[in-house]
Amino acid sequence: MTMNHITNPLPASTEGHAGSAFAGLRVAITGGTSGLGMALVRELLDRRAQVAFVARRRDGVERVVRELPGTHGIVGDVSKKEDIHPIAVQILGALGGLDVLINNASDLGPTPLALLADTECEDIERALATNLLGPFRLTKALLGSLAASARDGRRAVVVNISSDAAINAYPFWGAYGASKAALHHLSRIWDEELVPGGVRVLSVDPGDMDTPLHAAAVPDGDRSALKCPEAAARELAGTIASVLLRRIPDSRAKSEETLV
Amino acid sequence: MIAARLPIQRPSKAKLLVVDHRGNIGHRARAEFASLLRPGDLVVANDAATLPASLSGRHVPSGRPVEVRLAGRGSLGDIVQFSAVVFGEGDFRTRTEDRPKPPTLNPGDRLELGPLRATILCLLNHPRFISLKFDGSRREIWEGLARHGLPIQYAHMPAPLALWDTWTPIGGPPVAFEPPSAGFVLDWNMLASMTARTIRFGTITHAAGISSTGDAELDALLPFDEPYRIPRSTALLIKQARVRRERIVAIGTTVVRALEHAAAMFDGAVPAGERLATQTIGAASRLRIVDAILSGAHERGGSHYEMLRAFVDDETLDRIDRELNAHLYRTHEFGDSVFLERTDKRMRAVCGEPIMETAASALLKENEEEGDWSS
Repeated sequence: MTMNHITNPLPASTEGHAGSAFAGLRVAITGGTSGLGMALVRELLDRRAQVAFVARRRDGVERVVRELPGTHGIVGDVSKKEDIHPIAVQILGALGGLDVLINNASDLGPTPLALLADTECEDIERALATNLLGPFRLTKALLGSLAASARDGRRAVVVNISSDAAINAYPFWGAYGASKAALHHLSRIWDEELVPGGVRVLSVDPGDMDTPLHAAAVPDGDRSALKCPEAAARELAGTIASVLLRRIPDSRAKSEETLV
Repeated sequence: MIAARLPIQRPSKAKLLVVDHRGNIGHRARAEFASLLRPGDLVVANDAATLPASLSGRHVPSGRPVEVRLAGRGSLGDIVQFSAVVFGEGDFRTRTEDRPKPPTLNPGDRLELGPLRATILCLLNHPRFISLKFDGSRREIWEGLARHGLPIQYAHMPAPLALWDTWTPIGGPPVAFEPPSAGFVLDWNMLASMTARTIRFGTITHAAGISSTGDAELDALLPFDEPYRIPRSTALLIKQARVRRERIVAIGTTVVRALEHAAAMFDGAVPAGERLATQTIGAASRLRIVDAILSGAHERGGSHYEMLRAFVDDETLDRIDRELNAHLYRTHEFGDSVFLERTDKRMRAVCGEPIMETAASALLKENEEEGDWSS
């Protein structure tokens, strides 16, 4: 899995401005205590964003807040319908509004990975709840704030973390791949619908990374071939920055900027 | 995977009573609201989401159960200190009027509200209207409210409301104590269709206070002071609409209160910024900004109803009341709506007949021809 699904890579010249693109912006990241999520919390904090993050386990949340002072840690499970509004209340309470939402928390489905015919219904339900319904519900709950931000002349962006398993049919990746494919398509449609109001929805594949999720999927894989999450977070932040810095289009006219 | 729910916010049969600037009354389906707008109109809504402001717990000195309803705050950012109304034991299934009184409350009394701890700072001119201060950090208070609080409930609802039931589609910062319910009429498709017709849309954030306490003495103090914020973009839209003499339509009483408060303070201008609305609006108020209001169908006597007297005269209000009763309009937060154009008193006095024909009056004519109109 590589970044080459991003059809519009960040031009080198923009990178110089990229740090300032986040200054003062209010960013929320789900799955923020490990892997790519935690690397994003750190990266965006470095880029002077106000960062709130969400994770399921209180001890993990408290550990990251201790390690990265200034971040806002929220305990919640995006796969649970009842947790969504309490999470949204706490994000908006901590940040006072929202400019960037990164739906990063992901569920692999069955571990070890299984053929679809061997996948329990509960496992695929959980993957859909975390990877599709969670991002849908949380984005919907926060859309009023994102749209308000866009109306007030800031760019509002939702980033849904995708995977090449959303595009390619890899055996054993059925629950994960199907849920990420649905998220990818949801992102594309929602982007079409929201672009006139100034809110962008991106689906981004960060590539194969050395993360707990990857280790659970491929326990005996060669980790040396994997990208470190910090590098992926830096690339992803650059991609978001390029969207944030882009001039607000006057019409629905869109260039070749659809991501993944 | 998801249980089906009743369309609480936007029942397909919700009704809309329309009053044009000449006082003509008609009835529409509420889903047709946007058709009453005309190109160039500026629509302003309150984007406050609803705080889970109902906190159950215990009054420590007496050991008795209480429900604390957060009711007001000094600023939009304040999460430590609130004004609140305290109820005795019981829940929303009992009408507020019939709820047992809380124990005697004194300054310094401690309250245990789930994971939250608070101290009563003082009583506010009433034995169960208090100012309270939460213990702990902002993070702990937000978490306590988010996880323990429930939205304020209504005895007329068949089932308890979840927080998502009380957030309007455009809901943003969770600072309202009860939903700015006029906003339930909006959805994203309606906003897109408005944009397509060059109807402009802006929001303010207004911490709508509670609408009723079940206590006549306390209700007489309503509305409490309410902080609001006008974003730069909305201030600009208002300025442009006024220069172009285009109509400004308020979605809900909170928008009227905020915009007119700012205009009274700044001699007719509505600058961006956060302020505290302290005034009430009634028959004697002069509306400087708002030309029309979409609101709930309110019962006579409340502060929302009083505000409508700034838009239309008492004779028209009487006719509105009769129409609401005759057509069985539902008057609660999740009920039906009214759309009132401000009576142009000045024009009426000078010309006898208004000169301008509005979209609403054109519609009324159309309907009169179809024989749909009751007046």
